Parts: sequence; structure tokens; C-alpha cells
Amino acid sequence: MSQTLFEKIWDAHLVKALPDGTFLIYIDRIFLHERTGSIALQSLAEDGRSVRHPEKVFCTMDHIVDTFPGRGDETVMPSGKDFIQATRKEAKNAGITLFDIGDENQGIAHVISPEQGIIQPGMTLVCPDSHTCTQGALGAAAWGIGSSEAEHAMATQTLRINKPKLMRVYFKGKLGTGVTAKDMILHLIGKYGAHGGAGHAIEFAGPAVRALSVEGRMTLCNMAVEFAAFTGLVASDEKTIDYLKSKAYAPSGAQWQQAVDYWRTLVTDDDAEFDEELIIDCDEIEPTVTWGTSPQHTCSIGGQVPALSSLANENARTAAKRALEYQGLSAGDAVLGLKIGNAFIGSCTNSRLEDLRYAAKILAGRKVAKGVKAICVPGSQQVKASAEKEGLDIIFKAAGFEWRESGCSMCFFAGGEHFGAKERVVSTSNRNFESRQGPATRTHLASPATVAASAVNGYISDPRDFLESGL
Amino acid sequence: MTPFVHHSGVAAPLLRINIDTDAIIPSREMRRVSKKGLGEGLFASWRYVLPDSRELNPDFILNQPAYHNTTIILGGNNFGCGSSREHAVWALAEYGIRAIVAPTFGAIFYQNCIRNGILPVGLDTDAIASLAQDVSTDPQQRQVAIDLAEQQVTSASGLGFSFDIEAGHKEMLLKGLDSIGVSLQHITDIQCFEKQYHQQRPWLLGRG
Ligand code: SF4
Repeated sequence: MSQTLFEKIWDAHLVKALPDGTFLIYIDRIFLHERTGSIALQSLAEDGRSVRHPEKVFCTMDHIVDTFPGRGDETVMPSGKDFIQATRKEAKNAGITLFDIGDENQGIAHVISPEQGIIQPGMTLVCPDSHTCTQGALGAAAWGIGSSEAEHAMATQTLRINKPKLMRVYFKGKLGTGVTAKDMILHLIGKYGAHGGAGHAIEFAGPAVRALSVEGRMTLCNMAVEFAAFTGLVASDEKTIDYLKSKAYAPSGAQWQQAVDYWRTLVTDDDAEFDEELIIDCDEIEPTVTWGTSPQHTCSIGGQVPALSSLANENARTAAKRALEYQGLSAGDAVLGLKIGNAFIGSCTNSRLEDLRYAAKILAGRKVAKGVKAICVPGSQQVKASAEKEGLDIIFKAAGFEWRESGCSMCFFAGGEHFGAKERVVSTSNRNFESRQGPATRTHLASPATVAASAVNGYISDPRDFLESGL
Repeated sequence: MTPFVHHSGVAAPLLRINIDTDAIIPSREMRRVSKKGLGEGLFASWRYVLPDSRELNPDFILNQPAYHNTTIILGGNNFGCGSSREHAVWALAEYGIRAIVAPTFGAIFYQNCIRNGILPVGLDTDAIASLAQDVSTDPQQRQVAIDLAEQQVTSASGLGFSFDIEAGHKEMLLKGLDSIGVSLQHITDIQCFEKQYHQQRPWLLGRG
């Protein structure tokens, strides 16, 4: 029978269909971080339960840890140290692998899991973090869960879940110059709403997706949760296989070929059916930015904040009105030229080597506009080291960017560092919710290219003005 | 876990769409390595005048005397979207919230509710709007009643709505079951599955 990629993965992990209509699904890998992992491990131990397969559980320090050079356990966030030290202790007791501060492989969970080859095609992976869907980019089913579910997964190596519906988002055509995976996903959410993918496992497909690098696919899948999806995924191909080759936790020796043979079967069959299918023509995608406080509040770089009357219903109008007040904008305002005080390049959406290269291409030989605070936080120590090998750090620093140690940093406000009230930030992260990057901070989501261009000009700018040869 | 069988209480309309978990419990309020001590941080950005103050914002609905002792929230679409933080549900539970009625929920949030004894009730927008209108004239008197066994929500003025819930979720809530314990009843199945699974995919055993 014809099957979609997600169904193949689902069936391979189905332990048992339960009488109540849920399914017991086998979980291959569990990833934790110091923010909630400490609590999950602690609570598990308190209940007298142990981790069933410690070798399948990994943990990193990313959410709370400082990203300043020379950092240690102390954090700007009050009590951050308690989280870090509790996580270290619990990880040790549980016998799981920890990418600790100072480890050359430390970084944001969703950046290091692919980088280490921990996530592989066909796997199921869960993490108590909503952006776990990023890892679906490798042809896997990876999704975010709560802490109690993480405890459940660690204790039983399974989860009891409902089967999500299936959606395919097909990107046809080719991306234009200066248009990236980030613009694809912002465009999609803008067009169909932050609720457009609710309850679905979404396979991103089509020539424009195939043309993306594995890193670009991660950016695409990263924001599936901003589309309210259960998860997002992209079928693996030769690029995925190349990407995984000789990664630390990828199969090796004779097992490598065995794994690759299996991975090659993990594609959606020609006549497999989805519950829903959306088709996006890449010709219509331009560099895209958000103007409001929901990821659906987007417009193309040359566009304007919409008139409230143009919005679909009363709820959307009320939300947009509030968003505009929060953002200090009015209907009809052009996004292009909006003055910014801050630029942030980082987060599990856009902090990989390719992202930094895009930005550096624009920043090379240029300087950040006066008065703009600009920060670059590589997603992992490996990304940082590779970037430094290419001299990207020199470009960033010469342009006036701070060059940080890896972590989530100011993607979100944990109670420590933040941009400040009413500060306008153009950011490569994934959430523009109220106070996400600091109390009353105003966030505009965009691609690394758009953020770099905007940092240079001091106002929201079109990256294409800086790119002669295209990205 | 506290079972949920039947509950009636003050219901507060918070009908904004996309109320995310950052709004339910801002990150800065998650101070300790604990599931406890979070109730005070519930809706902190809206509930208090300044981010780090505890001075109540009189405009916020839960601070109004009419809505004291709220135990039910009437919400908008996509309630609990965003971050997976279970702290949002722990904070709601600690505050005393027993049920949330909304057209749709963030998927992870929904699961977290079930795991922590909060009943997520899915009703359509119109039904919620009429409930909201019904309670708003006198929230303390016009309470909302929810019967999980019957899958029914009723208002003081006699409006009644039935709702759907997965059988498994319903049972977990009705009996206050421990989810891990329930799954471990299938441990033999898990072991059998695992053995065969690893035979077919030896590269998934252990490191690489
Ligand atoms: S980078 Fe941001 S979105 Fe990603 S895991 Fe960290 S806090 Fe979450």
C-alpha cells in the first residue's frame, strides 16, 4: 500500500494500538536541556524510576547558560546556576550523555543533535522543547513534548499518542535571489495563519525544498510549530546522507551501508494520500518580515502593515490591533525603512554555518549603523569553530557585531539578558510574541540576510540591495 | 494526579486568540528547579503592573473582584500555543484552574493539561462566546459546570454544550491515572518490540 514518509516512520515505531484509540510509539532518542531536563530527571528519580536506556538520552546546556565569552555556571538570569548544576548532577546520576559548558560540542539542542548525527532519518526523537520539529529536516519524526512526557519517554522508551493528520506543503519553482528557507516558512505562516497546520505532521516537499541544503531544511522545519503543526519533516536524500557521513553518533563501518539502504526507502510513495495539501509557488515569495506579535503577522519586505479591515474576522482584528499598539506601529506603515535599535543573529532557526555565511556576505567590508546593538550567537561551539576557521568572526566583529559563545541567548528572555522595553529588534529567531525577547521588546522576525542588511542600514532593509550575485 | 470528574466554578473569559505559554507563564517567572511555586507567575505580564512587580493590574480580568476564585478559563483559538513549557500548566493548576474551554489548543499544551489533571474542553467559538456572555453579568453567581463523564458543559442560564475527548484522555482524567504506570502495563510488548526492532536496525543500539 502506498504510504507517506510519516506513515512509514509511524508504522516502524508502532509498539501497540491501544483500545482507547491512542498508540504506543517507540522513541529512539530523547534530548533534554537544562531548563526542563533538570526537572524531568529529578522528578523521575523522586518517583523511584530510572531511565530505561541512558544511551539513548542526551542533554545540553543551551537555554539558560550565558553566551558571553568566558562564561561559567554563573548566569545573568537569577538562579540560572541552580538549573545548570542540577542538570549536571541529574545527568550524571542518570548516566546520560551531557554536552556541558566548556564541551567543544555544546550548543542548542536542535543544532547539535543533527550536527552530532544523533538524529537520523526514520528515527523518532522527542525533547521537552517545542522547536524539536527542526530535526525533522533529516527525514525523522521529531517533536516537542512537555516535561511529564519526557519522563514518560525516559521511563518507558515510548509515548502514548494520537496519530496526527497528514499534510504536504509543496513548494514549487525556485527561490529568487536573497530569498531563503526562513522566508519560505514566514510566507507560509503569513498566508495560512499561525493555526494553519494544526494537528498535522507536515511534509515539506517540492523542488524548492529539494534545492535547500540540509541546514536550510532545518530552518523550514523549525517553524512548523509556529504553524501549530505536530511536526514538520523533509524526506532524506543524498544531501542528508552526505551530511550525516562521519558524524560522531552516525552509524559507521558495515552498519553505515545498512542504515543508508534503509534511509533510501524513507520517501513518500507516489500515490500516497495526505489529509491536506498546500501548494506554494516560490515566485510569490520575497524576503519576508513580521510586523506584529504573531508569526502570521508577516508581509513581504516591500509591503505594509495591513489595514485592520482587511483581516479575516473580529478575533484577528482585535489581535492585530493589540499587536500594533505593542509594536508601536499603525496600519499602512511600510516595513521597509522602519528604524531598528538591535539586530540578533542566532537561535535554532538560523544560527548554523550557512546562516552565518549569508549574513557575513552582506556584512563583509561594511559596518553596523551607529546606535545599533548587533549580536551574533552561533548555534553550537562547532558552528562557532567552523565559522572562525573561515574568518567569519573577523567579518562580524569588524562590522560591529558581538561574537558570542553558543546557546539560545536572547532568542528568548529567561530573566537575564534582554533588549529592553520598546526596543525594536530585527531577529533571525522564531517567535515574535509579546515580551519574548525581553519585557515589552518589539521583535521583527526575518532571515539572516535581512537582519544583516537591516543592521548595516539601521532600518529594516531589503537584502537584495546588497547582493549582486545572489545567495 | 487529582481526578477530574465534575466541576463547577467561576469562569473567566480570556478570549484573545493565540494566548501562548510565554504569556501564561513568562520565562522570567520560572525561577526554580521545581514544578512548584509557579502560581504567582501565572499571566505575570498582564496580571502585574510592571514586569517584576507584584502590584496587581486592576484591568486584568483575574484581578477583578467579580472573577475571584476563577477555576475555569474561557479561551480563544490556539490556546497554549508556543513554547512546550509544562510550567504553564503547573502554574494554571497551582492558581486553581481546573478546566480551559477553547476552540483549539496548542498540541503540547493539550497533552500537558491531561497529564496534570486540567481538563481541556474544545467548543466552537460561538458556544464560548455565549458562555462568556452568560457569565459576564454576574460571574460569581453564574458559574459554569463541566461534567466529564457526560462530556457536557452547562451554564447558569441553562445553555448546554457537549464536547469530544479521546477515550484515553478521558479515562486518565476521570481516574487521575499515572501515565507512566499505565504504559508500563505494556512492558512485555515494549520489550518484544524492542528486541525485534534492534535486530532489524542494529545501528540504533547504543552509540552510532
Ligand atoms: S534557540 Fe530559542 S527557540 Fe530555539 S530552543 Fe533555544 S529558546 Fe527555544
